[in-house]
Amino acid sequence: MDGINSLRNGPDEDGRFGLYGGRFVAETLMPLILDLEAHYRAAKVDPDYLGELKMLATHYTGRPSPLYFAERLTSHLGGAKVWLKREELNHTGSHKINNCLGQILLAKRMGKTRIIAETGAGQHGVATATVCAKFDLPCTIFMGATDVERQKPNVLRMKMLGAEVRPVTAGAGTLKDAMNEALRDWVTNVDTTYYLIGTAAGPHPYPEMVRDFQSVIGTELKQQFQEAEGKLPEAVVACVGGGSNAIGTFHAFLDDPSVKLYGAEAGGHGIDTENGHAASMTGGRPGVLHGNRTYLLQDSDGQILEGHSISAGLDYPGVGPEHAFLHDTKRVTYAPITDNEALEAFQLCTKMEGIIPALESAHGLAQVMKVAPAMGKDTSIVLCLSGRGDKDVESVGNYLGLL
Amino acid sequence: MTSRIEKRFAEAKAAGRPAFVTYVMAGDPDLATSQAIMEALPQAGSDIIEFGMPFSDPMADGVAIQMGGQRALAGGMTLRGVLGMVEDFRRKDETTPIVLMGYYNPIYSFGVDKFLAAAKEAGVDGLIIVDLPPEEDEELCIPALKAGLNFIRLTTPTTDDKRLPAVLKNTSGFVYYVSMTGITGAAIKSRAAVGEAVARIKTHTDLPVAVGFGIKTAEDAEEIGKHADGIVVGTVLVDAVGKSLVDGKATDKTVAAVRDLVADIFAGVKRARG
Repeated sequence: MDGINSLRNGPDEDGRFGLYGGRFVAETLMPLILDLEAHYRAAKVDPDYLGELKMLATHYTGRPSPLYFAERLTSHLGGAKVWLKREELNHTGSHKINNCLGQILLAKRMGKTRIIAETGAGQHGVATATVCAKFDLPCTIFMGATDVERQKPNVLRMKMLGAEVRPVTAGAGTLKDAMNEALRDWVTNVDTTYYLIGTAAGPHPYPEMVRDFQSVIGTELKQQFQEAEGKLPEAVVACVGGGSNAIGTFHAFLDDPSVKLYGAEAGGHGIDTENGHAASMTGGRPGVLHGNRTYLLQDSDGQILEGHSISAGLDYPGVGPEHAFLHDTKRVTYAPITDNEALEAFQLCTKMEGIIPALESAHGLAQVMKVAPAMGKDTSIVLCLSGRGDKDVESVGNYLGLL
Repeated sequence: MTSRIEKRFAEAKAAGRPAFVTYVMAGDPDLATSQAIMEALPQAGSDIIEFGMPFSDPMADGVAIQMGGQRALAGGMTLRGVLGMVEDFRRKDETTPIVLMGYYNPIYSFGVDKFLAAAKEAGVDGLIIVDLPPEEDEELCIPALKAGLNFIRLTTPTTDDKRLPAVLKNTSGFVYYVSMTGITGAAIKSRAAVGEAVARIKTHTDLPVAVGFGIKTAEDAEEIGKHADGIVVGTVLVDAVGKSLVDGKATDKTVAAVRDLVADIFAGVKRARG
C-alpha cells in the first residue's frame, strides 16, 4: 500500500509489528478473534459499511474536528506556532467515539447481541454506552473501583445512557484490572458478546482495527494543516496510555520524516519512583499481557506492576504494540510527563485558551510546552487535544485545594 | 521413550478408571505448606499434579485461583521458586508427572531457553500455558517439544472440527478439554455435551483427553469420568486452601483440607467406570 519501506504497512498477517503484537489469548477466544478479523477485512472494503461510518462521523460525531491555532499559548511559549486538533469537540467529548462507531457497526454485522468494554477515565465507557444506546444493544462497562471514584461524572453518564457499570476491585482497581475482568466476561459469554476494546492494544486485529478507526484524526489534520499553512507541520504531539489517539494522529505522518512525532507517557510521580508512574516504554521492557507483546511495567519475575498516573486514562502498565515498534525504530520519541507537569499544562490551557483539556491530553500539552519554545517562530507544532476535561474538574480541584 | 504422563494415563486405563489430575497453586499460601500439599497429593489419589505458576493477571481464572495466586505472590513465590519446589518434590517422588500451568509472561521474562532447560532439569514433565494458542507455537510450544517436555493444549467448546487439527498438531501428553466457555471454577452447563465433545476430540487424536473446569465433587468426577480419560480438579482445592487459613496464614488444617478433599473426589474417580 505504501511501498516496501513504509512504516505504515504493519501489522503482518500474524498481527505483528516487528516483535510486537500477536494473538496471545486463550483458545476459547481464538476462533472468535479469527472471525472478527475476517469480518473486519470484509467490512473495510464494503462501500455500505464505509458509507454508514462516514455518515455517522459527519452527522453524529461532528467531524471533521477543527484544527485551531492557539494564539495565546503560542505567544506565551515564544517559539513554534501551537495548534490544537480539537478531538474534544467530538460528540461524547473525546476521540473515543471514532473507534466505537466503527466497532459497533462491526458488532451488528457479526450478529452480536451484547457489548462489553473496559474503561479507565470513562471516556471510552461513555462512548461505548452512547453507541449502545443509539444501536439498542445492552452493554456492560468494566471499570476499576479506584477509577469509578475519581471519574464520577463519567460513571453517571454511562448509567444514564443505560449501561451497567461493574466496578472491579481486584488489584489497584484501575484500567488493567478492568481489562482482565472484561476478558473473563468475554471468555464466558463468547457466543453472544462483542468486546469493544477502547485502545489500540489487545490481540490482533484490535490494534490494527482501532488504529484504522482513529486514523481519521491524522488524515484530517494533515489536510487541514496543508490548507492553513501550505506545508506539513514540523512536530506532532499526542498523549499515550494504550495509545489510540496517538496512533490515530501519528499514522498519517509516519512516512514524512520531516515531521517530528512525540508521544507523552504518564510519568506520574517521576520515572525514578518505583511503581509510581505508567510510562511503559521509558520505564518498562517487552512482555506479554492482554493478548499482545509490548512494553510492560513489570518486576524481575515478569509480574505486572500497577503503575500510577493522576490520569485514569493513562494509568495502564502497557501500551499498544505499534507504539512499541515505533519506539524501537525511533520514529516516535516517547517522553514521560509527570503528574505535576500535566496539572500545570491543564491550568495553562484552561486560562489561556478557555479550553479545559482532559488530564490525559494535558500530558501532551506539557510535552508541547517543553518542545515548542526551542522551535523557530516560523515552525508549527500540533497537539491532538484528545478529550475535554469536564470529567477531571473535581479531581484537579482537589489537587489544587480549590474544594 | 515413554513419558511419565503417557505412562500414568496408561496405568489408570489399565486400572479401569480415568486418570486423576489435581491442580494446586505453587507457593499458596507459603512455600513450606505448599510443598507439603504437593507431597500429599499422590498419597491421596492424585495421578498427575498440575502446578500453578502464579501470575499477577490471570485472565482465564475465576476468583478462587486468582486469590491463590495472589497469596502465593504475596508469600514471595517466583518462577524460580516454582522450579525449586519441583526439584525438591522429585527427590522423593520420581514417578508422579508434574505439569506446570500458567501464563506466558513470567516464562518470557525468565527467558524461554533458560526456562526450558531449568524445568527439564528440575523434573517437570509438561506445560500448559493458557495464553499461547497454536498461532503462537514458535514462542514456546516448539522449543518445549524440542527440549523434551510435553506441551498440553486446551481445547474448548469453541474449537470446532475445522480448527481442532491445528490445535492438536503440536499437542503432546494429553489433551485438556475445557468443559465450558468460561473461567476456572464456573459451573458445567451440560454433562452430556461434555461427553459428546470428548468423543468428537477422540475422532481426531489418539492422545488421552482429560476434562477440566467446573469439576467440584466426587459425583461430578464420577459422571464426567464415564467419558473422559482424565479428570482435572483445581478450583475446589485452591478454595480449600483459602478456607483453611486464619488471618491469611496456614493452619494445621490446611494440608489435611486439601488431602481429604482429593481423597474424597478420588473415590468418585474410581466409581466412574462402575
